[in-house]
Amino acid sequence: MGLQVENLTIYYQTLSGDVRALENATFSLEGGEIMGLAGESGCGKTTLGHSLIFLAPPMKYVGGRVLLDGEELPIQDMEKMNEFRFRDISIIPQYAMNALNPIRKIGRMTEELLQAKKVDFKAVLPELKRRLDLVKLPHDVLDLYPIELSGGMKQRMVMVVSTLLDPSLLIADEITSALDVASQKAVAEMLVEFRDQDCCKSAIVITHDISILYQIADSIMIMYAGQVAEKASTRTIIHSPRHPYTKLLISSLPEIGVKYSERQLTGIPGKPPLLLDPPPGCRFRDRCPIAFDKCLEVPPFVEIEKGHFVACWKEAGNA
Amino acid sequence: MSAQKKKNEFIYFSSRNPKLLAGVSIILLFLILGLIGPSLTDHDPFAYANPLGAQPPSSGYWFGTTFFGQDVFSQLVNGLRATFLVGAIGGGLGTLLGMLIGFTAGYRGGVVDEILNALTNIVLVIPTLAVLLIIAAYLEVRSIFTECLFIGLTAWPWAARAIRAQTFSLRTRDFVDLARMSGMRPLKIIFTEIAPNMMSYLLLVFILQFGGAILTAATLDFIGLGPTNAISLGMMMQYSVMWGALQLGTWWWFIPPGLAITIIVGALYSMNVGLDEVFNPKLREM
Amino acid sequence: MLKLDKVTKIYRVGTFGGKELHAVSEVSFEVRDREVVSLIGESGSGKSTIGKMILHLVSISDGSILLDDLDVAALKGEALKEYYRKVQGVFQDPFSSYNPIFKADRIFQTIHDEFYPDVSAGEWSAKVERTLKDVGLNPEHVLDKFPHQLSGGQLQRFLIARALLLDIKFLVADEIISMLDASTRIDVLNLLAGLKELGLSILFITHDLSLANYISERAVILYRGCVAEMGATEKIFTNPRHPYTQMLIASVPRLDRKWEAQASVESKCAPTGYASGCVYYDRCPLAFGKCKRRPIPLEIEPGHFVACWKAAEPPV
Repeated sequence: MGLQVENLTIYYQTLSGDVRALENATFSLEGGEIMGLAGESGCGKTTLGHSLIFLAPPMKYVGGRVLLDGEELPIQDMEKMNEFRFRDISIIPQYAMNALNPIRKIGRMTEELLQAKKVDFKAVLPELKRRLDLVKLPHDVLDLYPIELSGGMKQRMVMVVSTLLDPSLLIADEITSALDVASQKAVAEMLVEFRDQDCCKSAIVITHDISILYQIADSIMIMYAGQVAEKASTRTIIHSPRHPYTKLLISSLPEIGVKYSERQLTGIPGKPPLLLDPPPGCRFRDRCPIAFDKCLEVPPFVEIEKGHFVACWKEAGNA
Repeated sequence: MSAQKKKNEFIYFSSRNPKLLAGVSIILLFLILGLIGPSLTDHDPFAYANPLGAQPPSSGYWFGTTFFGQDVFSQLVNGLRATFLVGAIGGGLGTLLGMLIGFTAGYRGGVVDEILNALTNIVLVIPTLAVLLIIAAYLEVRSIFTECLFIGLTAWPWAARAIRAQTFSLRTRDFVDLARMSGMRPLKIIFTEIAPNMMSYLLLVFILQFGGAILTAATLDFIGLGPTNAISLGMMMQYSVMWGALQLGTWWWFIPPGLAITIIVGALYSMNVGLDEVFNPKLREM
Repeated sequence: MLKLDKVTKIYRVGTFGGKELHAVSEVSFEVRDREVVSLIGESGSGKSTIGKMILHLVSISDGSILLDDLDVAALKGEALKEYYRKVQGVFQDPFSSYNPIFKADRIFQTIHDEFYPDVSAGEWSAKVERTLKDVGLNPEHVLDKFPHQLSGGQLQRFLIARALLLDIKFLVADEIISMLDASTRIDVLNLLAGLKELGLSILFITHDLSLANYISERAVILYRGCVAEMGATEKIFTNPRHPYTQMLIASVPRLDRKWEAQASVESKCAPTGYASGCVYYDRCPLAFGKCKRRPIPLEIEPGHFVACWKAAEPPV
């Protein structure tokens, strides 16, 4: 069960041509797994997350399959996906806090949303209230306008609403990045709580902040320039990554305790290729310290040990 | 390379926007008609050319003649000139005043903003027509330019409000702070940093003011407050109604000016919507 | 070098400006020569307002900012321009710092026009190229481009280069790497740290504790416009004494340690209406009667100040 993604390829249509934002993404997610999806801006992590639920232009489906609990999702068909959205697969968008309609009371908004899904609001109300308790929101938030809530409260309200129908998969897009550290911690921990309480079976947490993922994710998938680079358990990614990009990325993160005067960290020289016309082969090749001839071909995403996938020719032999 | 690209993008979207293209072609068509029209006909717009009085369109008088035997076509093309003049000068004056007040209020903020805002609101609620009636009563000879002045002086508040809001949001951008930290003076910042970012917006404001001025002028002319020494589309309609064109069924007298005003103003709004789509990527249809 | 003395910023809000919002209340600290001081706070803590007050972009309601005994608030005209020769800032959003319709290197031209009109064009472009190399950029790759053609890291380096063209003594760096990607941000941070060797003092404004710890000698922790704790960075991180600092250090996500189970107390109300009490009163687990009076920063060990009545008491 869970999610299987096979060779998913999504382009962005622009005037200058197709931006190859996501190419041949293949991975799977166990039921109950919280997977962190990390990478730099423009690496395709948001494209991947959004294409699973809302594949609208300028995004263009090019190929690949998505299976959720064994059933194929018609992701390229906006109409047919309606049936799955919110019920089987749901999303907390990046700017969820601003997504709330400012002139509708929160309860009213929830009711309308449920009506659109032909769900009786009254029947769901007790469960809604239970979940509000879960995220420590008072029941009377339903009678408030979004402006009356703080950022952290709004974020949690959106979490409650988007998981109300117990979706199998929840996609959380940068949900902690605009919050202060205390709210960040609270929201992140609530996501884990939601999973534990079965409000959603599994979740993909998209973020650029790997240290948050270390706190809550079971596994982490690292993307680079539209390609999947590495996926493994959180521990493995942080402590013994195998892809050169992951290694450099993790070692460039400043940690409490590291001081410039004592130990200088280094970034990764160079910048990601433009995805309008990316170079052939491994897209990290130009910045990679260990690149060799073989890297002119796209490396396969292979399992080098149980649950540890890497797309790198240097590691492919170890599979 | 990017300036080129941006320019190309502008041309690309402009040339593919039917609303903009239709609007521009119609305006151009009328502009050309206004420019060369008077030389296509020998008849003076005021001369009582046709001794038969009101006659339907014919080969001699393309759009027919009025109750007094004046050539409607000649009146129309001369009236078009007045209309464009009012639009350009009245609308231009309104835009300029709006820019002056909007930029100052938006950039300065604080007390200056509050005072200018109050002024804007006062002018906004003054019943323009009543004031114009009073002023008109004191002026014996009114030219098109006095009319432009009236319109410009009363039409700026909408522009000022819009420009103020835009300036307000732009001035919080960091590049304005950076300009201040380069020791640049406020006026220089407004004209070299803020205004260039609003060019598209200012163009839209001007088009709206242009159309608004034409409509206001037509209203003024129609109730008899137009220029006393010229012909305009609004005045043609006023005369036709005054001399019973509706009752006598001399449709060729009032239809051309009425239609021309409607089409011109409609085309301007269509241009406005089209330009909005061109400038605003979110409104573009792929 | 730069000294803040009881600096306060009050905004008038509400329909007729009837309400007061204390964005910054009586903040005092000092940045010494060749020192990097971190100003740490979350959004709404007033940290950016302090930066803007130092840069004379926001007026000061009360208190004073002195640069080597020069009163910053009183500056205007030519004197202010001279001040900007010595003090400059770099802001958080690299894209907002550039006028999107002009080329990015226009900022250097502006400096040329405004500050060095006598320098010839050739000399100036040589100077620009030299400075760009100093900040780790290849002039050929970055000049004559529009902002959107450059990366966030390159744009921020541009702004640092712009400041360096002015022979500055003091730089306000307001969250300058928070919008950059992980793989490039550390290089910009290293560049900033390296500026100290050129004799600069830096106020590094950030919400990220690990960055502050990485780069600065001293840190000032700000909460709702008030200084909660300040002192040597190491002391604050190893021995935080203010309950807010303790909470911050416990909730910040780290790669070497998992969060502890203890629930974090979130802020409930808007940052107004703390006319007299401790600003952390509503969230503080240690709050007691005395906290209804605003605590003043007390030196609990040499150079380590804490604004908390409990921390000031001798340990039991």
